[in-house]
Amino acid sequence: MLDTLLLSRIQFAANISFHILFPTITIALGWVLLFFKLRYNRTGEQRWMDAYGFWVKIFALSFAMGVVSGITMSFQFGTNWPGFMEKVGNVAGPLLAYEVLTAFFLEAVFLGIMLFGASRVPSWVHTLATFLVAFGTTMSAFWIIVLNSWMHTPQGFEMIDGVAHATDWWAIVFNPSMPYRFFHMLIASFLTVSFLIAGVSAFRWLIGGRTEGVRAALKTAVFGAAVLIPIQIFVGDQHGLNTLEYQPQKVAAMEANWNTDTHVPLILFAIPDDEARENRFEIAIPNLASIILTHHADGEVPGLNDFVTDDGEIMHPRVAPVFWSFRVMVGTGVAMLLLSWTASVMMLRKRHGVEGLPKVMLWALVGMTFSGWLATLAGWYTTEIGRQPWLVQGVLTTKEAVADVPAPMVLSTLLTYLAVYVILLGAYISVIFYLAVKASRGENLGGGIAAPSPVPAE
Amino acid sequence: MYLFGDPTIWLPFVFAFLMGVAILIYVVLDGFDLGVGVLFPFADGEEKDRMIASIGPFWDANETWLVLAIGLMLVAFPAAHGEILTALYLPVTIMLIGLILRGVAFEFRVKAPAAYKRLWDNAFFAGSLITSLSQGFMLGLYVMGLDWTWGNVGFAMLTAVFLTVGYSFIGATWIIHKTDGGLQFKAVSWAQGGIWGLVLGIGAISLATPFVSDRIFDKWFSFPSILYLSPLPILSGLLVVWLWSMLRRMPFEADARSWLPFAAATALWLLAFAGMAYSFYPYVVPEKLTIYDAASAPESLFIILIGTCIVLPTILGYSVLAYTIFRGKATELRYD
Ligand code: HDD
Ligand code: HEM
Ligand code: HEM
Repeated sequence: MLDTLLLSRIQFAANISFHILFPTITIALGWVLLFFKLRYNRTGEQRWMDAYGFWVKIFALSFAMGVVSGITMSFQFGTNWPGFMEKVGNVAGPLLAYEVLTAFFLEAVFLGIMLFGASRVPSWVHTLATFLVAFGTTMSAFWIIVLNSWMHTPQGFEMIDGVAHATDWWAIVFNPSMPYRFFHMLIASFLTVSFLIAGVSAFRWLIGGRTEGVRAALKTAVFGAAVLIPIQIFVGDQHGLNTLEYQPQKVAAMEANWNTDTHVPLILFAIPDDEARENRFEIAIPNLASIILTHHADGEVPGLNDFVTDDGEIMHPRVAPVFWSFRVMVGTGVAMLLLSWTASVMMLRKRHGVEGLPKVMLWALVGMTFSGWLATLAGWYTTEIGRQPWLVQGVLTTKEAVADVPAPMVLSTLLTYLAVYVILLGAYISVIFYLAVKASRGENLGGGIAAPSPVPAE
Repeated sequence: MYLFGDPTIWLPFVFAFLMGVAILIYVVLDGFDLGVGVLFPFADGEEKDRMIASIGPFWDANETWLVLAIGLMLVAFPAAHGEILTALYLPVTIMLIGLILRGVAFEFRVKAPAAYKRLWDNAFFAGSLITSLSQGFMLGLYVMGLDWTWGNVGFAMLTAVFLTVGYSFIGATWIIHKTDGGLQFKAVSWAQGGIWGLVLGIGAISLATPFVSDRIFDKWFSFPSILYLSPLPILSGLLVVWLWSMLRRMPFEADARSWLPFAAATALWLLAFAGMAYSFYPYVVPEKLTIYDAASAPESLFIILIGTCIVLPTILGYSVLAYTIFRGKATELRYD
C-alpha cells in the first residue's frame, strides 16, 4: 500500500540518492583539480593545465547539481520528517548548523573565485581558493557523516521527557561508526572520480583525442584507482565488523542469515523470502561468513530470528534489499579491483603507458565510467535500509517521525521530483560526453559565461 | 551561558534575531539574482549573457543564506520549523523545483550544445519566476497565519505577484550598477516599472497584518508606540520618492552613483522587514507559537552560538572579499 510513510520514505530516498551522486564527485574532484593545478605550478607543463581546464567544467556542473539538490535536502526534514527534529533536534541541529557555517559558505564563496577568478587574482590566491573549495566539500561530508553515523550508533545524550539532550559532544561527534563511515565514503568519492576520469579520458582517447592532457588524466586516474581499491576493501571490511558490534540485525540481513549459529556459510546467491523467513535457491560457500566476520570458522554470526519480539513485531529490516544492495556494492568493488589492476599492469609493462592499453580495455573503462555511483548508492542502501525500522537506532522509529501530509500530496511531489531528476541526469551525462567529443575535436569548450566586455580585460 | 541572565530567555531572542538577519540578507542577495532571472525575457541574446555574468560568481553564496536561515530555524525552533514547513508543503516543493531549474540552467546554457541554449534560457527564467512567486505566496500565507482559507490564498497570490515584481526591481537596480550602455538604459526603465510592485507589496502587507490580529493592531496603533514607529512608514515613503526621482534622471554623467538605487532598495527592504519583525515578535508561528515555546534546549543553542560568533564574521569577511574581486562592470566570465 502506498501510504504516507512509504511514499515519504521513497521520496526521501529519491532526493538523497540524487543529491549524493554529485557530492560524491565534487568531494574528490576538488582535490584532483588542486593536484592538477599544483603539478602545473611545479612543472609548467601545459598538459596539466589542459586536464585542469577540462575537468573544472565538469566540476562546476556537478557542483551546481549538488547545491540545488542539497537545498532540497535541507527542507525535507521540515516538510516530511518533523518528528526527527522534535525528538533529536538538540543533537542533529548543531551538527547541521556547523555544516552550513563551516562548510557551505566556504565552498560557495570561494567557488566563484576558483571558477572565474583566475584572471583577476594572483595565481597563489587562485590556488588557495581551489584548496578552500576542496576543503569545504570535505568538511560538508564530515559533518553530515557525523550526523548520519550518530543516527546509526547514537551516543553522548540523555532522554528528558522524550526529547534527546546532548551531554557529551565529543562522544556525539566521534561516535563509534563515524571514522569507518567517513573514510569509506571519502575513498568511495575518490574511486568514483577515478573511474569517471578514466572512463571519459579513455573515451576521448578512443575517438581520437590523443593529447598529452588526456594521457596525463587517464594515467593518474587508473593508477589512483589501483591504489585505492584495496584500501577501500580493507576499510569496508572493518566497517562491517563495526556494524556487527553495534547493529547485528543489519549484518544478519546483509548475510541473509536467519538463525544465530556458528560455521555460517557465505551466501553468493539466494532469494530471501521475508514471509516464509527462509532463503530460496541458495548457493553458498561453507564457513566463509563466520570466517569473514569473526576470523574463525566456528565464530558465531547473529541471525534475523533473534530480532522478532515475543509478540511477533519484526525489529529487523526487510532482508532482500539489504542482501542484494550489499552484493552489488561488493561486486562492483571486485570489478574495480580487477579492471584497475589489469590496466595498471598493462601500462607498466615495458613502460608502454597508455599505448599499452588494447581497445577492449579502453572500452571496458568507458563502461565503468559511472561504476562509482553504482557502488556508492548500493552501499548507502545497505546502510540505510539495514537500519530500518529505526531512524535513530533504538531511539526513534521512522514511523514516529513522518509528517502527517496527505498521501496524494506526497505522491504528486514525488512524481514531480522524479521527472525533474530523470531529465537532469540525462542532460548531465550527455553534456559530459558532449564536452568530451568537443574537446577531442580540439574545439574551444567555451563554458565560461560570455559577455561583450566593455572594459579591457585586466 | 548565564552571563546575561536566564538563557531560556536571551538565547531564543538572539537566535530569532540571527534568523531574521539571515532572511534579510537572503531576500536582498538572492532577491537580486532571482530578479535578474525574472527580467530575462525582456533582454536580447547578448544582454542575457551579460546579465548572467553579473550574477555568475555570486548566486551560489547568495542561496546559501537561505540554507542558513532555514537551518537556524531548524536548529533553534524545531517545533516551529515542522509546523511551518508542513503547512507550506506544496509551495515549498514548487519553490525547490524552481531553484533546481535555475541553478542548473546557469551551467547547462553554456555547456550544452548551442541548439539547447534557448531551452536552458527558458528554464532559467521559468525557475526564477517559480521561485519568486512561491516565496511571495509563502510570505502572504505566513502573514495570514498559515491557514489555507480562500481569502488567505487570494491574499497570498497577490503577495506572490508583488514580491516577484519587487525582486525584479532589485534585480534591475543590480544590473544598473553592473552594466553600462544599452542594457543599463533598459534596466533603468525596468526599475521604474518594478518599483510599484515593491510599494504595493509593502503596502498590502502593512495594511493586512494589523487586521489579522488585535495584538498586532494594538502594537502599532496605541499611544505612544505609534510615535516611535512613525519613522518606519515615513522613511519608506521618502525612500520611494527619492528612488523614483533618481531613476527618472539615470544614468548619471560618467556613471556616477550607479550603486545608489541598489543601496536605496536594500534600505527599503530593511525597513519593511523591521516592520514585519516588530509585528510578529515574539511569535514564530503567527499567533500560535512564540520563540520561547519553540526553542531548542539552551545547551544546544549555546554550542551553535559560539560557532556562529566566530564563523559569521569570517563568512561576512570573505563574502566582501568575493564581491570586491568581482567589483565593477560585469565582464566575460572565463575559467582561465
Ligand atoms: C566506490 C564505492 C564503494 C566500494 C567500491 C565499496 N563500498 Fe562499501 N560503502 C560505500 C561505498 C563503497 C559507501 C557509499 O560509502 C557506504 C555507504 C555508507 C557508508 O558508510 O559507506 C558503504 C557501506 C558499506 C558497509 C555498510 C556499513 C554500515 O553498516 O553502515 C559495509 C559493510 C561495506 N561498505 C563494506 C564494503 C566492502 C567489504 C567492499 C569491498 C569490495 C566495499 N564496501 C566496497
Ligand atoms: C547520501 C547518501 C544516502 C543515501 C543514498 C541514503 C539512502 C537512504 C534510503 C534508501 C533510505 C530509505 C530507507 C528505507 O526507508 O527503506 C534512507 C532513509 C533515511 N536516511 Fe539516508 N541515505 C543517505 C545519507 C543520509 C544522511 C547523510 C542522512 C542524515 C543526515 C540520512 C538520513 C536519513 C533519514 C532521516 C532517513 C529516514 C527516512 C527514511 O527512512 O526513508 N541519510 N536513506
Ligand atoms: C540529509 C542529508 C543532507 C542534507 C540536508 C544536505 C544539504 C546540502 C545543501 C543544502 C547543500 C548546498 C550547499 C550550498 O548552498 O553550497 C549541499 C551540498 C553538499 N553536500 Fe549535502 N546534504 C545532505 C547529505 C549529504 C551527504 C550524505 C554528503 C556526502 C557524504 C553531502 C555532501 C555535500 C557536499 C560535498 C556538498 C557541496 C558540494 C556540492 O554541492 O556538490 N551531503 N548539501
